Amino acid sequence: MAATLLLAQFLNGLQYGVLLFLLAAGLTLVFGIMSFVNLAHGSLYMVGAYAGALIYGSSESFALALLGAVVVSLVVGMVLELTIVSRLYRRDHLDHVLATFGLVMFFNELVRIIWGPQPLFVQVPEALSGTVTLFGLNYPAYRFAIIAVGLAVAVSAHLVIHKTRLGMLIRAGAQYPQMVSALGVNIGLLNAVLFGLGAMLAGLAGAMAGPVLSVQSGMGESVLIATLVVIVIGGIGSIKGGLYASLIVGLVDTFGRVLLPMWLRQVAERSLADAAGPALASMSVYLLMAVVLALRPQGLFPVRRS
Amino acid sequence: MNVTRKSDRWHSGSASACGQVCRAAVGLAMAGMTITASAVTIGFVAPLSGPQALVGQDQIDGFLLAVDKLGGKLGGQPLTLHKEDDQLKPEVGQQIVRKLIDKDRVDVIVGLSFSNVLMGSLPRIVEANVVAIATNAGPSSIAGAQCRANIFSMAWQNDGAAEAMGKFAQDKGIKKIYLMAPNYQAGKDMLAGFKRHFKGQVIDEVYTQVNQPDYSAEIAQLQAASPEAVFVFYPGGMGINFVKQMSQAGLMGKVPLYSVFTVDGTTLPSLRDSAIGAISGGMYDAALDTPENKAFVAAFQAKYKRVPSLYAATGYDAAQLLEVALRNTGGDAKKLAAAVKAAGAEFKSVRGPFRFGKNNMPVQNFYAFETWRDGGKASTRLVATPLPNHVDSYASQCALP
Amino acid sequence: MNSFLSRPSAFVPAAVAAALAVVPFAADATGQPFWLSFFARILIYAIAASALNLALGFGGLVSFGHALFLGLGSYAVALPAAHGVSDGWLHLLLVLGSCGLLALLVGAISLRTSGMSFIMITLAFAQMGYFLFVSLKAYGGDDGMAVSATSRFLGLDLGSAGPLYAVSWLVLLLLSWWMTRLRSSAFGMALRGARQNSRRVQAMGLQPQRIKLAAFVLSGMVCGVAGMLLANMNAYVSPSTLAWTVSGELIVMVVLGGMGTVYGPLLGALVFLGLEEVLKGYTEHWMIVMGPLIVLMALLGRGGLMGLLERLDQLFVGGRDAAGDGVSAGNDGAADKTAAPAEDQAGEASWQPR
Repeated sequence: MAATLLLAQFLNGLQYGVLLFLLAAGLTLVFGIMSFVNLAHGSLYMVGAYAGALIYGSSESFALALLGAVVVSLVVGMVLELTIVSRLYRRDHLDHVLATFGLVMFFNELVRIIWGPQPLFVQVPEALSGTVTLFGLNYPAYRFAIIAVGLAVAVSAHLVIHKTRLGMLIRAGAQYPQMVSALGVNIGLLNAVLFGLGAMLAGLAGAMAGPVLSVQSGMGESVLIATLVVIVIGGIGSIKGGLYASLIVGLVDTFGRVLLPMWLRQVAERSLADAAGPALASMSVYLLMAVVLALRPQGLFPVRRS
Repeated sequence: MNVTRKSDRWHSGSASACGQVCRAAVGLAMAGMTITASAVTIGFVAPLSGPQALVGQDQIDGFLLAVDKLGGKLGGQPLTLHKEDDQLKPEVGQQIVRKLIDKDRVDVIVGLSFSNVLMGSLPRIVEANVVAIATNAGPSSIAGAQCRANIFSMAWQNDGAAEAMGKFAQDKGIKKIYLMAPNYQAGKDMLAGFKRHFKGQVIDEVYTQVNQPDYSAEIAQLQAASPEAVFVFYPGGMGINFVKQMSQAGLMGKVPLYSVFTVDGTTLPSLRDSAIGAISGGMYDAALDTPENKAFVAAFQAKYKRVPSLYAATGYDAAQLLEVALRNTGGDAKKLAAAVKAAGAEFKSVRGPFRFGKNNMPVQNFYAFETWRDGGKASTRLVATPLPNHVDSYASQCALP
Repeated sequence: MNSFLSRPSAFVPAAVAAALAVVPFAADATGQPFWLSFFARILIYAIAASALNLALGFGGLVSFGHALFLGLGSYAVALPAAHGVSDGWLHLLLVLGSCGLLALLVGAISLRTSGMSFIMITLAFAQMGYFLFVSLKAYGGDDGMAVSATSRFLGLDLGSAGPLYAVSWLVLLLLSWWMTRLRSSAFGMALRGARQNSRRVQAMGLQPQRIKLAAFVLSGMVCGVAGMLLANMNAYVSPSTLAWTVSGELIVMVVLGGMGTVYGPLLGALVFLGLEEVLKGYTEHWMIVMGPLIVLMALLGRGGLMGLLERLDQLFVGGRDAAGDGVSAGNDGAADKTAAPAEDQAGEASWQPR
């Protein structure tokens, strides 16, 4: 494969990974600290995408759309937390599965009723609609922006977690939730804040994805599975794990889709390669996860529990 | 017209205590119903939720527009319509078809969603011998050896549009093409159909994951391969993602994009300018310049505030067809299948010439439409008719007279 | 008899089973064969959910990939049928064999993990199965394929609605009876113990991993039988049966009905599928009603529908502890919570994400 093509695919993998990271970061916190199985995370992503698309459509300002999407998903996330999620913390995880399953149904249908089945049109912002030339490669500027935003979020997350009081509470909560509560921290408020943070990140991911992907009812489902895979590979509760895992998954998925059919064609005859190639490529991420779990069941960068 | 449909299976070997008496009572009630009510019951099965919901919605809207125009009647009789959502799941489609046949006792089943749902529902439809008119698919199996007198496609035989684009590319003198489609049956069929009339070299045939959101990797490969043109099949949301991303990669002006079911009436509103230059093959587009179509497009836009897609056209045509067929049966259910077949040539379709081939698949024109900038707005126009009055490749395998 | 009638948790499931037995006769009498296939589907999903319950409710193994066995079971009928084999016993053998072997493989690998990882690995296997069947163009691929020869047993053809319904009802009844016996058997006790506290069970000299694997394999095989019945009912199989949403729906049915109980899955399947049908009759936007209803049921019902019935028990029999004796179809979940919530943290219990 030519060098520029290799670079292009590397950037593609990076960009997909970054998008997954935005989703995984929020979800891994919710899973790890609050021990809450949130299948509705994909719905928060969808809410952010819709909010971003609608605000951008009416205001023509992408920055405002991003801000609006983040605020809207924060509000929706907090409402969900206060009314439903907070009542379920002490319950069995499968009750979480049941409740969030119902929420996914509700949101998908709500979006369909209000805005119909037609996917929303979101334009790539003018400033970012060109291409950037890098080592002889023309790469879409908007995708660079996604990578930039994702890395910025990763850096801020690191700063928050390691340099602020909230971050300290997060780290403590991931390691030993009961002790945090016993030390007098308002665990209810902390949980609400965390859930809201997760929702915000999901909403941001949705708004960023709008110009690139189709904004429609049910768009959260396909990313949800990939996000769950990332969290498990990275280690539940670990944001650092989530970052590395999402980048790895993004790269494996991208290169798998491109290389596997090519390699198969070298070793097997054409029709078999054409049938097996795409199937294997789809499975590549799951195989990766199976391998990781077989060798390190707690994930690559697990949170050390005391 | 109330037609009762009973398949023998349901009554064999039942040792119900109610037995003879109950059956007689029910029979009497049924007879009573046949005498008093005179209405047409139609079941419309379409994907109304999920990623392809717009396809289902367009079909129903087209169908209802025609019914409205006919004053809420079909064949001169009041219409009872059962609208069902199959969620694009074959299992759900099977249940719905059972319900329509066994519980609602419909006279005709229309719609039947995509090929996988259609094929899944087929056993019950064949068993009960109900007239079924598909408005979104025409799988090769029922076009060929498994053709039935009571099963019709109002839309197309699945390979038709792809064959048209293959011919179009061939006529354009394209020598090296790059093919892409999702990795499922329809995807494989489309690419196979394309190759039927295209005689040049296929540089690569790429199958991507169904509902894959991000095509940046594949687009990079495409760019590196530098073909003369690329042919894709990406229905619904996949098409929006692909074309958007291809446009963002700067390829839309550089590599001619030929496609089927990718840039159409349902996806163009979401694509707008990013689809400019794309050429799409199909049996219908709102741009067709016939009096029937102009009236249809105007009426559709007035009622639903959007431009009709080819799915709306098939729905509309289905209703028009049934209007003619039902009038011709004169209330006799047994004649419905034959009447539908004959009506194919009688009614005026919005897509141009139309009739049913011997395998009950449409014989129609396949056009090539280009997306262009019409006064600042992305719109379509007709550029060629690669396959006029096209009979599909499976007709010879069908044993129907 | 008195105590049986006065205990809703025993009476309601019995009444439901009896009502289901009457369905074929009622459908025939009223000339509405649709209900026969409708309730047959409910029975089949109840069987699949009960199979999942064995792994999930009894064993605490949250499998998000049981659709794999449902799909494999149905394909294990369709593939031989495509080659002309219609012998029901042969179909059954293939179903049990293939599902058992696959469950052994999947279980052996997945049980090396626990908690969230277990869920994800089972999901991964189901997804791989899905992609595999989609890519099999020779057998229909995504379009699926018709079952050209339905299973024939002892003069019965499962392709006919009547025999299929009767067989499904009998299978569910036998399954429920077997699971009641299993619950209080040595194996069942060890399994339930392994769910609550593996270390303790191991300290007693048993091997919790082997027990869980055995439960998983049994669960997979029974789920495969449900798949076989499904293939016969629809005379059609497609990869969509292996979609992860189907696994999710099975989990919902089990939890809704009450996990760890014997009749929970039947009630769960009945309510879930029945509610869907009822709501569909009122509006095409039924999901917007169904979603919140499910959320409500999750919020209110501890232990699902069976848990609700057991709370009613206490109302009826007034103070007497109805969940105490081992014979009753008591709720594992509720009992666990009052007994050992703290132990869950220390031991290798249910599935805490670690």
